[in-house]
Order: sequence, then C-alpha cells, then structure tokens
Amino acid sequence: MNSALRNTLLFGIIGVLIAYTGVAQSWNTALLILNMGLISAIMALGVNLQWGFAGLFNVGIMGFVALGGLATVLVSMPPTTEAWAAGGGGILAGLLMGAMTIAATVLVIKRMPASTLRNAIVLAILIGGFVLYRAIFDPAVEAVEAVNPAGTGYLGGLGLPVILAWPVGGLLAAGAAWIIGKTALGLRSDYLAIATLGIAEIIIAILKNEDWLSRGVKNVVGLPRPTAFEIDLQNDPSFVDRAAGLGMDPVLASTLYVKLAYAGLFTAVLVILLILAQRALNSPWGRMMRAIRDNETAAEAMGKDVTARHLQVFILGSAVCGIAGAMMTTLDGQLTPGTYQPLRFTFLIWVMVIVGGSGSNLGAVLGGFLIWFLWVQVEPMGLYLMELITSGMAEGSALKAHLIESAAHIRLLTMGVVLLLVLRFSPRGLIPEK
Amino acid sequence: MSSDPYSDRGNADKSITNLDGIGSAQPVKGDGSAYPVDGGPFLIGDTMTGGYGAGPDILHDCTIAVERGEIAVIVGPNGAGKSTGMKAVFGMLNLRQGHVRLDGEDITKLSPQARVAKGMGFVPQTSNIFTSMTVEENLEMGAFIRKDDIRGTMEQIYDLFPILRDKRKQPAGELSGGQRQQVAVGRALMTKPKVLMLDEPTAGVSPIVMDELFDRIIEVARTGIPILMVEQNARQALEIADKGYVLVQGRNAFTGTGKELLNDPEVRKSFLGG
Amino acid sequence: MDLLNAVIALSNYVIIPAMAYGSQLALGALGVTLIYGILRFSNFAHGDTMAFGAMVTVLVTWGLQSLGVSLGPLPTALLALPFGIMGAMALLLVTDRMVYRFYREQKAKPVILVIVSLGVAFIMNGLVRFIIGPDDQKFSDGERFIISARTFKKMTGLEEGLAIKTTQGITVITAVIVVALLFWFLNRTRTGKSMRAYSDNEDLALLSGINPERVVMITWLLVAALATTAGVLYGLDKSFKPFTYFQLLLPIFASAIVGGLGNPLGAIAGGFVIAFSEVTVTYAWKKVAGYALPDGWAPDGLIQLLSTDYKLAVSFIILLVVLLFKPTGLFKGKSV
Repeated sequence: MNSALRNTLLFGIIGVLIAYTGVAQSWNTALLILNMGLISAIMALGVNLQWGFAGLFNVGIMGFVALGGLATVLVSMPPTTEAWAAGGGGILAGLLMGAMTIAATVLVIKRMPASTLRNAIVLAILIGGFVLYRAIFDPAVEAVEAVNPAGTGYLGGLGLPVILAWPVGGLLAAGAAWIIGKTALGLRSDYLAIATLGIAEIIIAILKNEDWLSRGVKNVVGLPRPTAFEIDLQNDPSFVDRAAGLGMDPVLASTLYVKLAYAGLFTAVLVILLILAQRALNSPWGRMMRAIRDNETAAEAMGKDVTARHLQVFILGSAVCGIAGAMMTTLDGQLTPGTYQPLRFTFLIWVMVIVGGSGSNLGAVLGGFLIWFLWVQVEPMGLYLMELITSGMAEGSALKAHLIESAAHIRLLTMGVVLLLVLRFSPRGLIPEK
Repeated sequence: MSSDPYSDRGNADKSITNLDGIGSAQPVKGDGSAYPVDGGPFLIGDTMTGGYGAGPDILHDCTIAVERGEIAVIVGPNGAGKSTGMKAVFGMLNLRQGHVRLDGEDITKLSPQARVAKGMGFVPQTSNIFTSMTVEENLEMGAFIRKDDIRGTMEQIYDLFPILRDKRKQPAGELSGGQRQQVAVGRALMTKPKVLMLDEPTAGVSPIVMDELFDRIIEVARTGIPILMVEQNARQALEIADKGYVLVQGRNAFTGTGKELLNDPEVRKSFLGG
Repeated sequence: MDLLNAVIALSNYVIIPAMAYGSQLALGALGVTLIYGILRFSNFAHGDTMAFGAMVTVLVTWGLQSLGVSLGPLPTALLALPFGIMGAMALLLVTDRMVYRFYREQKAKPVILVIVSLGVAFIMNGLVRFIIGPDDQKFSDGERFIISARTFKKMTGLEEGLAIKTTQGITVITAVIVVALLFWFLNRTRTGKSMRAYSDNEDLALLSGINPERVVMITWLLVAALATTAGVLYGLDKSFKPFTYFQLLLPIFASAIVGGLGNPLGAIAGGFVIAFSEVTVTYAWKKVAGYALPDGWAPDGLIQLLSTDYKLAVSFIILLVVLLFKPTGLFKGKSV
C-alpha cells in the first residue's frame, strides 16, 4: 500500500470515528471532539517542530499553552478602567522596577570581572531591587484587587477582537521560549528539559496567584467570541426558520452552528500552519535542521550555528503551542488556571507526537486527532466495560461500586498503553517520517 | 533520516539523559554455549566476517591467533579493523561468519562475561579504567568473577606495577596516562587470565613509559600468559612478537613471525616506513 | 530570652519542617539519581513509583489496623512499609521485564527511555488511581507528637512552643538509616561497587564479567525501596494523594540536578538545599523578626518573600542559579 493511500485511510478512520460518535452519541459531542482535536493537532505540530525536526525535548508545553490562554484575556477582555486608575500605574512601575533590577544584575555580571566585590554588588542590587519592587508593587496590587473583587479585581484586557489573541498568544509563548532557550540552551551542556518543566510550573503558579493579571483561580469567564452566541441565533427569526427548514430544533441547531463556525476557523489555522510546517520541512532550512539533528558535529564543522538554530526552532514550536492555547481558551470562553495539568497539557501532547510519528507533520496532526478522540471516548468505553464485567456481581457490592467508580481512571492507563505499544511495535509512529 | 527508530534525534539534554560511560558494545547474546573442538592454536578468531549492528562489514575473513606462551601482534594502518578484530574475538560484536576458539573449545556463541569466565582478559584501547573508582577498586572489579581470595593476585599486580601500590586509594581518573595504562593492564590480570588481549596499550604515553610498558608486557608473557596485542608502533612491537599479523581493510595482508615481517621488504615499505 | 524565642520559632516553622521535607526529597532524588547513573535516563515515572509503593503500604496499613495490629506510639505504616517496598519491587521488575529490557536490547538511546518512562508514568498513575482512587487518604496513627508546643512551653517557660511531629522525627531517622545503608552498599559491597563500575563505564564492566542485567535488576530493587520509603514518609507527614506524587517530580528532579545528577551525595545535599530554600523563601518571618530585632524595629508586613504557592518556582530558580554557576551541580555528577 503506498503511503498516500495509507495516510488517507488513517485520516478516513478518524473521520469515521468522529462521525460514528455523532450518530451514536450526539453531533454536539462529535463536534466537541473535532474542535479540540483540531487544537490538539496544532499543539502536536508545534511539539513536532521541536522534537521531530531538532530533537529538542520540551516538557513545558503546558506553560506555553497557558500563556496563549493568558493572551486571550489580555487582548479581548475590556479594560477595567477603575482598576487602572487605582493601581495600574503602580503595577507597571513595579514591573519596570523588577525588570530594571534584573537588567542591572545581568549588566554587572557581564561587565565586571568576577570578584567578591562583584558578588556583593549583585547581591545588593538584587536585595535592594526586590525590596523596592515589593514596596511599589504590593500596594498597587492590593488596590487593583480591591476593585469589585467578585466581578473584576484585575486590570482587564485591551478590549480588542478575540481573534487577535491567537497571534498574540503565539508571540507571548515565543517571548517566553526565547528567555528559556537563551538560558537553557546557552549553558555549557543542554538543560532544556528541566528548564521547560520548571518554567511551565512557574507560569501556572503566576496565573493562579497574580489576581491583578487574570483573576487567578477566580477565573476569567465570559470571554468574547469570534462567532455568534447561541442565544442570539435562537432569537434570530431567519436562523430559526432555516433550522426549521432542516427539520432541526433551534437550540440544537444554534449550538451546532457555533461549533461548526469554530471548526471552520480552527481548520483554517491548522491548514495554514500545516502547509507552513511542510514547506519548512522541505526547505533548505528544514534540510539544515535535519542535518544538524542527524549529525551535530558534522553540521558544526560545516559552520552551522547549532545553538542559534535550536533556539530558532524552539521559539517557533513554542509559538505554535501558544497559538493553540489561545484558541483553546477562546473555545472554552474562559481562562481557568486550575485546570492546567502537566499530564493533560504536556505529556498527552507527547503521546500524540510519538503515536503520530516523530518528525512527520501529518503524523502529528493524525496523532492529535486520534489521541484526543481516545482521551475523550475511553472513559465511556471504560465505564461500559466495567458495567459489563461487574454485571454478574451482586447489586450494592463494594467491589462493584469501586470498579465502576474507577472506570474514569482507565483513560490514563490507556494513554500509557497506547504510547508503549506504538513505541514498541511501530516506533516510527503511524505516519513515519519520510 | 536516520535508520534507527530508537535514535535520539541529536538530543544531548543532560537533565534527562546520561551519555557518559554509555556502552557501545553489541555483545553476543549469552544463551549460546561452548563445545569442544580439536586442535588449533590456543586462541583463534578464525575467518571472521562482521561489523557493528546493521552497518557494513568491517572484517572480511579475518584470522588472528595466538599460541601458548607466545606474543602475537596485530599491526596495520588506521581503520584496518584491528580494534574491531579484537572486539570480535571478545564477543563485543556479532559475527556474521567465522568462529572463535579458545583452548580446544568453540566459544563463538558465548557472551563477553562468559568469555571472561573462560579465562580471557581484554584491555581496550580507550576508556579502559573506571575513572571514578580508586585504583584498588579498579583491580577489585577486574576480579569480579572470582569467588576466591584475591589479595595474593593484587599483591602480584602491585609488585609488577609498584607505583599503583602507592596510589591505590586514589581515583584512577586522577592518574597520569602511563599509570592509567598500568591500572588497565592490572585490572585485566586480576582474573588470572589464561590469555591477555591488549588493544594499543602504549597509545598516548611518552616513549620512556612506552619502553617500560613493553618490558612489563614481556614480563607478563614470561609468566606463561599468551598475549594478543594490537600496536601502532609496529617496529617495536614486531621485535618482541613471536607472530605478527598485518591487517588491511579488515583482511589479512601479511602473516608471519615477527622477524619475517620485519624483514619482508613489502611490509617494510608499506608499514614500517622503509 | 527574646533571642531564644526567635530561635525556637525559627526551628518550629522553618528548620524542623525543612529537615523533614528535605529528607523526603533526598530519598526521592536518590532514586532518580541511581536510575540516571545506571540506566542513564531521567525516570518520569518516579513520582508514580513512589505513589504505588505508598499505596501498597497504605492498603496493608489499613489491613493491619483492622486486625488490631499496631506499633503503639509509632505509626502502623512502618510495619507495612516492607510490604509496600516488596510491592514496588515487584512492579518495577515486571515493568523492566515487559518494557525497558526490550529497549536495552535494541540499544535505544536514553532519550527514548525517557519517553518510555512517560508511558510507564501514565500507566502507573492510572493504576494507582484505579486501585485507591484519586482522593486524599489518611493512614497515619499512633502518637501525633514527639513533643507538642504546649508541653514544650510548660517545660521551658518560653513564650514560643516547639512542636516535633512523630512523622517528622521518623522521617529524619529513617532517612539517615536508609542513606547510611545505601552508601555502605555502594561503597563497601562487591555488588554495590559493580553498580558504580557499570555506571562509570558500561563496556569495561562487561569486560570485567559484570552482568549488566543483574546490575539493572538490583538498581530497580534499590529504587523501589528508596521510592516507597520516600513516598510513605511524605504521605505520613502530609497525606497520601496520588496526584501530589506526580507533582513532587519537579522538586525531586531539581534536587537531583542541583546536587549533580548521578551523584548520591549530591542528591542528598540537593534535597536539603531545595527544601530549605523553599521553606525559608515562603515563610513569613514576622514572628522571628519580632523576637530577634529590638523593640520597635520589627516591620509591619509579614516579611514573606514569596507566597507559598510559589514554592515550586523557588526550587526551580535555585536550580537555575546553581546550573549557571556550576553546570555539573554542587557535587560533580556521574559517579554513582
């Protein structure tokens, strides 16, 4: 079987699986899976850029995704004018103070020869800067958070169209990636994995705790949408008429319509990114990346700046994850920092990339869809299985209750098993790299 | 793309992977067994053909052997497969064809550990000591397979290489090049091997140390241990050799006694610089 | 007197909790560092191994409790610990046989093993949640305090109390015993030395007749013991919740790396460095400062450098600082 046919077949199977969900469960569920599948595919595409093209091991995907989510809030929510008046200036001044402290420290370290004096100066700058920063920052934060804490209590965003948040999310993630990459890839030996793992946790900690920024664990809800609201559609007589013409209930029709609109937008983004990634892979740049990957020493000998190339691809991949993160928060309509878990947002994406095929863009997309489908559907399947297994047991038995209750955790087990099976028996993934 | 599905894609991330001291050997799987055969030299790698993993063959019908009480030397240009030949004899790579026989037994299917137990000792060319362990621990590890008292043997090693006695509590990685080679040879002698294989024991040491090492090697040979040795310093090595092999591109080019090879005009011209 | 009170307050809120937490991190980091040194990859399933071992211990503890078995003032869990260790040993040996061994035979690069360990982490995580559920479980019993704040105040007449929880005491003592045993094993026994030799130079270990499979097996057994002990001590001190063990992975990795990956001594030092910095940076120093500084000097604020929610961030920043100045960690890495 040639590879084009095989790939079409694989994507066909995904299509059938989703369609079957639509028929057997509901089209609403099917479209939910499709939409998150599209977003997952984009995340996997970003990680594949890093791992597949360059062998960079990013275990901080969650952080970049969350930054994309933050971008959505910062771009699309209306600014809280009161809060800006109360403490906006103070917060900006505080942040500036912090940035200046760091800049001064870096400058001193770079400019002065290593000595006890230098260390003393650095320490003095750090301590002094930190005290000043807290002195400016803390009261401002308090003032901002005091503004209607139940409703806002944060600075709000720029009030721009939410679609703009997607590229901004990418930029935010790219900025973070630049800082991480500069530090971790610049060290004498490469410490990228632990750096990304840590930064991701820090980003989530910031999102959870800095209420002035995005309300922390109080969540930002009611984000603007790029599509119509269901309720508006239901109140639109022409929409209701058309739904009736299709023989559909207007409520159902409106939810499906909105989800389809999202699906259209997401598909457009995915297709654009996929085309770019494919072209990159086959461009001289892509060939150089692969040359570096397959023989770093030789590439270095040929005068390639390996660290700079790695930094480049790391930033690009992270930006793609940031875009996907912004899209996801847009789809959810809310930013909920408490829901970011490394298993779900870092390691699951890794499963997608490996199962799809490291180094293969199409594979990453396929892996994104397939693994997301399993992630969602394994739970009901597990429940069904457990009910089948326990059907012979006495009603009310503790074991039966426990088994049925535990069915939810089969999902994690399945992900692990799928990853290990693919690594073992088809290590190149479902769509191998060419 | 790379052919190995389990390659690391160039990843060298120290925070998750540890490539220091990682093994490169592709040892013969140990489930095979040895069976007796008749005659032949004490140790022989007979018409060996093979290479690393799925890569191209490096050895082509290559034969190297050593008789009891003799020193055999393998010389040849860089990349001739000398080290590969030694590794093949020790079971550190899988042969496609050919046999390895030791003391009347065919050991082709034995794992390296099993060959150690059969009485073979091997000093590789590089990374031939445990750098983070003390000299004494290096020697102890050499005797890992022995269950009896090893103190006597250790004393013999210290007598052979007196400097090691003084340095026995020092990490071996802190020693000089010549001392490291002594530790390496000492480690291999700790099993009380029936045959000793040395891969360029004088690589990277000064000429004075080299002379001393050759003397020690002859001393070891006099105790009755046959020695199979790869050497860069072809002339000096062939002078002490009972038997010499010249390898070129994984094939036997010339074979003879040390003296014969030294006097062979062809060998002199090509390999001994006239 | 005030200075004494300051010292007591400091011990009570900083030193003692950090000692206990540091011991737990050190034990966890030792397991990570052993695998890094010998199997040559960072095991992302380590947190879940800890959770599994602790889970078995919790289940056995419940069993013992229901049978009325107890250790008096000590937690019953100590009695159950050996069973937990055996459970973890069985799990790791089965995992190695079914999963990791194949990749060793294939000569797969260590980074592949990292990915494999991700899969194993998923499975173990699912297994633990499947068996015991995702919720908090309490399993500590016996005496709660070695010395409670109230008794201490009565004894000394000081204003500040010093409380030492039984679990904290047990944690530190157990950690000392385990570490002493481990170092004795690695440095004094033939098997231990062969493990160090294998870590130092795999090929040469092979040439010395050391059986790699045996070294790997013993490593997994040691790791099971270390991980279970760390997991149980952590669970006794705080509480048992599967998810927290996964989150412990970052401070544990940070400890191992700060100390110098592959170096057991480093793992211990790293554990304490991380624990002490986490606790000191997130502790509100108001009370201590109130005692230690002259009257009227004490500041109004809490003097808390960072909110406790940032403790993960602290471990990471320490890690980064250490790596910037000493890329191989505090102790030179790679010498299990």
